[in-house]
Amino acid sequence: MTRRSQASVKRTAPAAGAAALLEQTWRDPPGLVGWLSAINHKSIGRRFIVSAFGFFVAGGLLAATMRLQLARPDNHLVGPDLYNQIFTLHGTTMMFLFAVPVMQAMAVYLVPLMIGARSTAFPRMTAYAFWMYLFGGLMIFAAFLLGMGPDAGWFSYVPLAGPDYGPGKRNDFWAQLITFTEVSGLLISIDIITTVLRLRAPGMTFARIPLFVWAMLVTAFMIIFAMPAVMLGSTMLIMDRLVSTHFFNYAEGGDVLLWQHLFWFFGHPEVYFIFIPGLGFMSAIIATFARRPVFGYPAMVMSIMATSFLAFGLWVHHMFATNVPELGKAFFTAMSMMIAVPTATQIFCWIATLATGRVNFRTPLLFVLGFFFILVIGGLTGLMLGSVPIDLQVHDTYFVVAHLHYVLIGGAVFPLFGAWYYWFPKITGRMMDERLGKWNFWLFFAGFNVAFYPMHHLGLAGMPRRVYTYPADMGWGPLNLLSTVGAVTIAVSVLLFIVNAVRSRRHGAIATDNPWGASSLEWAAASPPAAYNFLAPPVVGGREPLWEASKDVGAPTYVTGLALDVREALATTPLDARPDHRYIFPQPSIWPFVSAVATTIMFIASIFSPWAIVWGSLLVAVPVTAWFWPKRAETEKHLALEKRP
Amino acid sequence: MNAIQNALQSAGPQAAQIEQLWWLTLAVCAIAFVPTLGALLWSLWRAPRATEATPADTAIVSQPERRTRSVVVSAVVISGIGLAFLLLASVRTDHALAQLPLEDALNIQVTGHRWWWDIQYDDPDPSKIFSTANEIYIPVGRPVVITLLSDDVIHSLWVPNLHGKKDLIPGQTATMQIRADKAGTYRGQCAEFCGLQHAFMAFTVTALPAADFDAWRAAQLEPAAQPTDEKAKRGEQLFTSGSCMMCHAIQGTTANARMAPNLTHVASRRTLAAGTVANTPQNLAAWITDPQKIKPGVNMPAHHLPGGDLDALVTYLGTLK
Amino acid sequence: MSARGLTCIVAASMLALLPAACDRELRKLSKPQSGGPVPAIGDKPVGMQPGQPGPGLQETSSARTYDGQNAYELNQGKRLFRWYNCGGCHAQGGGGMGPPLMDDKWIYGHEPDQIYDTIMNGRPNGMPAFRGRIPQEEVWQLVGYVRSMSGQASPAAAPGRSDGISASPAEARRTRENPRTTGPEPPVKTP
Repeated sequence: MTRRSQASVKRTAPAAGAAALLEQTWRDPPGLVGWLSAINHKSIGRRFIVSAFGFFVAGGLLAATMRLQLARPDNHLVGPDLYNQIFTLHGTTMMFLFAVPVMQAMAVYLVPLMIGARSTAFPRMTAYAFWMYLFGGLMIFAAFLLGMGPDAGWFSYVPLAGPDYGPGKRNDFWAQLITFTEVSGLLISIDIITTVLRLRAPGMTFARIPLFVWAMLVTAFMIIFAMPAVMLGSTMLIMDRLVSTHFFNYAEGGDVLLWQHLFWFFGHPEVYFIFIPGLGFMSAIIATFARRPVFGYPAMVMSIMATSFLAFGLWVHHMFATNVPELGKAFFTAMSMMIAVPTATQIFCWIATLATGRVNFRTPLLFVLGFFFILVIGGLTGLMLGSVPIDLQVHDTYFVVAHLHYVLIGGAVFPLFGAWYYWFPKITGRMMDERLGKWNFWLFFAGFNVAFYPMHHLGLAGMPRRVYTYPADMGWGPLNLLSTVGAVTIAVSVLLFIVNAVRSRRHGAIATDNPWGASSLEWAAASPPAAYNFLAPPVVGGREPLWEASKDVGAPTYVTGLALDVREALATTPLDARPDHRYIFPQPSIWPFVSAVATTIMFIASIFSPWAIVWGSLLVAVPVTAWFWPKRAETEKHLALEKRP
Repeated sequence: MNAIQNALQSAGPQAAQIEQLWWLTLAVCAIAFVPTLGALLWSLWRAPRATEATPADTAIVSQPERRTRSVVVSAVVISGIGLAFLLLASVRTDHALAQLPLEDALNIQVTGHRWWWDIQYDDPDPSKIFSTANEIYIPVGRPVVITLLSDDVIHSLWVPNLHGKKDLIPGQTATMQIRADKAGTYRGQCAEFCGLQHAFMAFTVTALPAADFDAWRAAQLEPAAQPTDEKAKRGEQLFTSGSCMMCHAIQGTTANARMAPNLTHVASRRTLAAGTVANTPQNLAAWITDPQKIKPGVNMPAHHLPGGDLDALVTYLGTLK
Repeated sequence: MSARGLTCIVAASMLALLPAACDRELRKLSKPQSGGPVPAIGDKPVGMQPGQPGPGLQETSSARTYDGQNAYELNQGKRLFRWYNCGGCHAQGGGGMGPPLMDDKWIYGHEPDQIYDTIMNGRPNGMPAFRGRIPQEEVWQLVGYVRSMSGQASPAAAPGRSDGISASPAEARRTRENPRTTGPEPPVKTP
């Protein structure tokens, strides 16, 4: 509920007894029902991050199985049917259940803290989005464990995934997983955009937004523009399979390539949903460990935005081997080359930052340095793939497998690990172990390169993708074995990370509020933050609030006057972050969880019968209505807070 | 590693053009990579050390930082020039690939099936059209236009020694132009995931001198040899009165189905099951008995024949050169 | 119960699913060989023989591999219906020279063993005998598919629409007919 009124923006800090009252107002309710009703962005963020990490480990185990099967030629560890399900689930898990959600999870946790807010804009919607994501992920793994996992690849090309060549319900589970993750992704993006545009601390103009927040804002906009394409495609696929539509049936006027266009129009931007937040982590960590703000803030922001726009013009480079017109393909080559320019700009700005700063070599920075080596190689092989003639040779070979892992792991996973080491003290209140961290980094770096570099050679030597085994006389055995050794090394390094995280949570050194000496607002909150984040929401006067005094002479430093017994916040204007109105957040509620359960039942049942949409909608309408039903006592409390002009 | 399915061992102009572009691009990328990483390592080595307590330098952003800016801008501009160069090289190669002279081209139609290749040699004279499977023969030095069709799902024809790949998309027709300038046998493999046996859907392209190619073609046009000894006769009887003729064709017998590879000259092929096993009598017997043991998921069923019958069938098929 | 406890229960339940593999979705690629005698069916073909008469392929007994609720088997049956040109007489189920297969009337019985007998030995008035032409395991796949044409297979297992011209609804969306035998009592009863 909103109130248009004067917010009083005073200069003095609030009274100390306020802390206990605020904690009571903003904390999660107790007990199991309370845990399921939680909507605090940090609670949702934490469980979201942990779930995404769980899927990362599951996807990694699938990859380990694949590498064990491919270690030797003519191997019989895993047969073709199981192998096809495994590689499909590996790709699906990593892309839809780990890489994109973990970035959104980090944003849900960090963005309100970084902009000086107490919550995201729509906490119940984000809770619902988290449950939908989790239930979708559990569904697809349950299907796999029951022997009906999808087996047409994570990209699910028709006609292989269609009703004639994909019998049973396997690929319907895949298509419905897309529905789950798209619903989740879209809702969280809406939340992040609204949070960043309306809940920033007063004084945090657009020119003062931290680079990580810029990255998440841009990513959220990209998600909203791109995800509908795959949602449309997956719905068409389910309809073809379930109710005999002919979207992809060329004999009845449909088109096989329609799927590829719809999927890749989403699919290419998707890798940027994963990469751009990684760029945000890079900026945050480099600034702190070079002891200076990142060089070229306007160029950095323009680069992120340029990348996001250009990302929508690349998708046909996944289709260079099809018979789309040649001149059209050349256009996409040009765009694919062009997108290297903003990324190169960012890389040069970061190197400039490190060159003109003073460097603190801690684990987060090590992972960031890993990015430079790995992502740059991946980006350069990307330029090779962007050229049509070269792509025609290496498309759908292990060269592409090498490229995609270099860009995704180098560009997103390494910064993500750095981010975990960096923000672990803030989230848990303890420092992670530095020695284990360095071992983690070096094993991961070495293992990664040993696992994936040989694949460049394998691709050029003729080894296609998605093969469950290969003949001995092709000579691919030795490099495959080497790659498997690298994969095992990666697994050991991830295990080290888990050990580090679990041990540090219990026995790590207690962290201060700002153990790294960083500059952004989240480091002004406690470690871990109180339920209400900031005792008095800050007013921002510069780009590096914790490093420099306010540039707005005579401006206040805190927001006061907000209620302590009601979840109230100050909403500000989008561009200049001037105070606009007071906004009251909803209370914790079990209805997002129950709605997610009802929606899950509807989605899973609709795999088997179209009538589930009708009856399921009624089932979903009940908890959603309860969700929005206003409570008289709450409304009265809010009315009492109104101030007449 | 092998040279017969290798993109960097080109045997024809298409693959050679691409290989040339590859080396050029690799060189340009190396020229970009080394200084960038060098700059990073140099910066890290030279920059003074700090700890968390070291005060941050915020004053630096209020200065113009001119030198840093010009270095960064130059680096971006040089990168842009490099990218433009690569784009130009790529488009020129595209153009060159489309310029293969096609006079006196041989026309072949390849239809992809799960999990084998149906190859039909076209000819203006319909009586000179014939089909074979999994092995393409072409004359050295003569252009070949391959029409690509698919019977079921998307496949991709890729013979790296000769050209990049092209997808076979059901409901659409694509074409590919190649030329082999060196005699030899080149291996190719399906490069678009097509189901259970995508891993074993290989084929070969053999480039022969013109005279040898004409001889091969003439032999392919001949119907199957009539069996002379008793065992082979019994084998032919089994083939045409049993289940084999329901899917396979042997020109010159009553077997004329098109659902499975054409076996008219199967004995002259190097491999069975689209490159999966060598074409020997033992492998052929094992394949007929239970194809699922060699290529699980393939559409050919098991045939547990009495010993004498199996022997006769294998003998007959061995006469089909 | 805490959040941690709840997570452990969910993880354990997921792993418990492993042994309960869904039979409908299994791909049984390698068929078992002798698993018992083939049901007692007349030795002599009754219907006309396709192609030249001859000794045919004398196969040793193979197991009864019928599974009318397995998605992969039904899909293979659909492919074989197309490959062996059953549609030449039966169209896409509506019939023509041969009787319709998607309705409730079965001249010679609707049970799997009766349909197997029909395909193997043929029937009077034009159904050829495919004994020795189509291997037994493939005939069982055709039996399953033919039954699905009148909706006898579960919608989750029956084939969806084909990638071709659509003459009739997908087998998964056909109403389940109540099959009845309209001809004389067929010789094979269900065991």
